[in-house]
Amino acid sequence: MSKIRKSLSSMSASLVAILAGLIAGFVILLFSNPSSALKGLTTILIGGWNNGMKGVGQVLYYATPIIMTGLAVGFAFKTGMFNIGATGQLMVGGFVSIYVGVTWTFLPGGLHWVVALIMGAAAGMLWGMIVGVFKALLNVHEVITSIMLNYIALYGINYMVKNSHLFDSLKNQTVNVAASAVIPKAGLDRIFYIAKGRLNDPSAVNAGILIAIGLAVLMYIILNKTTFGFELKACGYNRHASRYAGISENRAIITSMAIAGALAGTAGTLMYLAPASGMHIHVEEVLAAQGFTGIAVALLGMSNPLGIIFSGLFIAHITVGGFYLQSLKYMKEIIEVIIGLIIYFSAFSLLVRDLIAKIGKRKTKKDKQSSKEVTA
Amino acid sequence: MSDYIIQMINITKVFPGIKANDNITLQLKRGEIHALLGENGAGKSTLMSILFGLYQAEEGQILKDGVPVLVKDPNDANELGIGMVHQHFKLVHNFTVLENIVLGVETTRHGTLHMDEARQKVMTLSEQYGLLIKPDALIEDITVGMQQRVEILKMLYRDNEILIFDEPTAVLTPQEIDELMRIMRSLAAEGKSILFITHKLAEIMAVADRCTVLRKGKYIGTVDVKSSSPQELAEMMVGHKVDFKIDKQPAQPGEPALHVRRLSVEGSHGDKKAVNNVSFDVYKGEIVCIAGIDGNGQSELVYAITGLMPSTGEIKLNQAPIDHQSIQKRIKAGLAHIPEDRHKHGLVLDYDLQQNLSLKRYKTIEMQRHGFIRFDKVRSYAEGLIERFDIRSGQGADTSARSMSGGNQQKAIIAREIDIDPEVLIAVQPTRGLDVGAMLYIHEQLVKVRDEGKAILLISLELDEVFQLADRILVIYEGEIVAELDPKQTTPQELGLYMSGSKRQEEYA
Repeated sequence: MSKIRKSLSSMSASLVAILAGLIAGFVILLFSNPSSALKGLTTILIGGWNNGMKGVGQVLYYATPIIMTGLAVGFAFKTGMFNIGATGQLMVGGFVSIYVGVTWTFLPGGLHWVVALIMGAAAGMLWGMIVGVFKALLNVHEVITSIMLNYIALYGINYMVKNSHLFDSLKNQTVNVAASAVIPKAGLDRIFYIAKGRLNDPSAVNAGILIAIGLAVLMYIILNKTTFGFELKACGYNRHASRYAGISENRAIITSMAIAGALAGTAGTLMYLAPASGMHIHVEEVLAAQGFTGIAVALLGMSNPLGIIFSGLFIAHITVGGFYLQSLKYMKEIIEVIIGLIIYFSAFSLLVRDLIAKIGKRKTKKDKQSSKEVTA
Repeated sequence: MSDYIIQMINITKVFPGIKANDNITLQLKRGEIHALLGENGAGKSTLMSILFGLYQAEEGQILKDGVPVLVKDPNDANELGIGMVHQHFKLVHNFTVLENIVLGVETTRHGTLHMDEARQKVMTLSEQYGLLIKPDALIEDITVGMQQRVEILKMLYRDNEILIFDEPTAVLTPQEIDELMRIMRSLAAEGKSILFITHKLAEIMAVADRCTVLRKGKYIGTVDVKSSSPQELAEMMVGHKVDFKIDKQPAQPGEPALHVRRLSVEGSHGDKKAVNNVSFDVYKGEIVCIAGIDGNGQSELVYAITGLMPSTGEIKLNQAPIDHQSIQKRIKAGLAHIPEDRHKHGLVLDYDLQQNLSLKRYKTIEMQRHGFIRFDKVRSYAEGLIERFDIRSGQGADTSARSMSGGNQQKAIIAREIDIDPEVLIAVQPTRGLDVGAMLYIHEQLVKVRDEGKAILLISLELDEVFQLADRILVIYEGEIVAELDPKQTTPQELGLYMSGSKRQEEYA
């Protein structure tokens, strides 16, 4: 009973943040083009549904990598680490999976994409582990190492792509991976499509979303049901007490960063193991945005793996909505502003929740004041 | 002119959810030493903070010489002649004694410092009240006792006539306490009025004229100390008859359980060792108490034995060396630790009570299967401990540790540590900040563990506790053991000499 109430109260904080963000977003819509502001807001709220089942599929497609990076940030956060390096881990994982996807064509069809995915996850894991090792053994703050590693990943990959057979110089991006390395559709294209004349126009969604949700459930189980998760969370809450109780803090830091890195690396593989029409690594000086969106997803999902599924879906939902917003002559960047506002408010909503909890406590305490112990 | 220099009439102060002061009246006569007695959390500090202007009361008024006054901040208090020696001194460590005394009211000429007049005044005051100081020494180089005299001189230098002492004896040796008592008497004789906050009855009997007792934020009464007794005061403070003595038979030491040889720990500044070449044994079935003034290496010694800090030397538990073992292995070998800071080390405050109770046991066979926690077992184990150790909390095993009272948090830690069935139990200030009831309970538990044949190493700063529990006393001074004493054949005064470093037994020289 108390557990349900607890999760409801934490959810309410996110919901309040979303509401406040949307209201503020509506005000921005009103200022930039008052006549279609209301229509704009409904477009955002309808999100993927603007374009039937295909739109819904697009939401799932966009949600996949940000659920993964959200998990990468949220999982590390449970161990008391701020993983700002999800973007670097994502790129490293993505690059390795492309490498495997392009070159290891000797692998049989059903196995090729699986191996590419695992190798990508392993690469992300190593990249995340570096951060953990520096923190655990040399006490270098994780934010510093991960920011540096983000740039090392970015420029290192640019260099390696440009100087290898992975480079498509015409498009300034990586070449297509082998068809056998593309993440399968798992029948999802037959659910999420719109009919265009006699042809079906399917969305880009693939089995990645199922993998993401599966991994989120797995992370939930690890964190909440196992002794390993118990140790990790104990370190996150109070590392002194954990050490005192015989938990190896260093091991917890390294393993949690390794797992976070693997999750972000998987995000990269799910993005780039795509058909020709899908995503490729572009040689440009921009860090992958999905890594940073993951911070927002984790924050909105309260770092709870199951919450992250929903917050990832929600952010993908309004992002797709923002795409359709352009038909109303709005800039699509407005949706980024609104997402930013929601995150901003969700930081506030933690304050609001504490405030609400305090007021609630005060009320119950007043009733029992006579029996209550007094402290100075 | 009114008989009373300060009167606090019907003071009420409410903090969120708590009435810290409920209609309290305190009247201070001119030239008296007035003790304010109460347990931790009785509202003493709040009341004094109101008088000193740190808090504003919701109801009630303050009268000086019978005239209502408003004390909005410590500056107002200073103008009214109210000064305070805080429990934790407010001194600038790399300033000299003289600089600290004049800080804020410097004597200047044409904008430049002129210390000569200040020095003269300070030295006069120092002689007048017998407050021995070294005016040009840095604060960090002088003893705690002298630091306290500097704090007193600060008040006198500002011509304060109402002096508040907040638990002034907590950091002093018995000799320094005697000295402080003498100073307080001479201050009173010179017409200063003193408010003396404490929970130690002996000090009140020794020095105070009258005593006001608070309990759980309420005013209990004001008594004339001469016509009262420690028993009466204790009863007023606690609310029921108290028997301070616990039932304790002489120890029957067996085999050595904890064996420490040449143990050293590096200091945090590198120059001086925090623990220097310490050797001792603790036998099964005895309580060995390490007595000393706070900050003489006790914490580091405990961290070294428990593995929280690296050390050199030899540590054996039941003949097996543990000095190179991980913390987890030491726990498994039978080392339990009731830590000094229950919030930092003792508990994960964001975990609930059952998680905290199983903090050292979640990996045992009965509590997990293939790495999955068996929540039903954790719960039933926790509920067993809650029942046995009478841990009170709002929602039983599901209560968040953060929301529990200090006494019950401590009980939870003690339950957890005793239940791992240790060979050696290290208890560091196990009753710090607890009321008399909880304190007695914890003392009884420790004696019970000892009688089961376990070895207990107790670290305490409270001499009452040392004499109450110890079968043997080791005195630590500047990281070294300087004496071994039998509590039945020594006195607090003798102990004090060792604690302050002015005496040292030959075998420890």
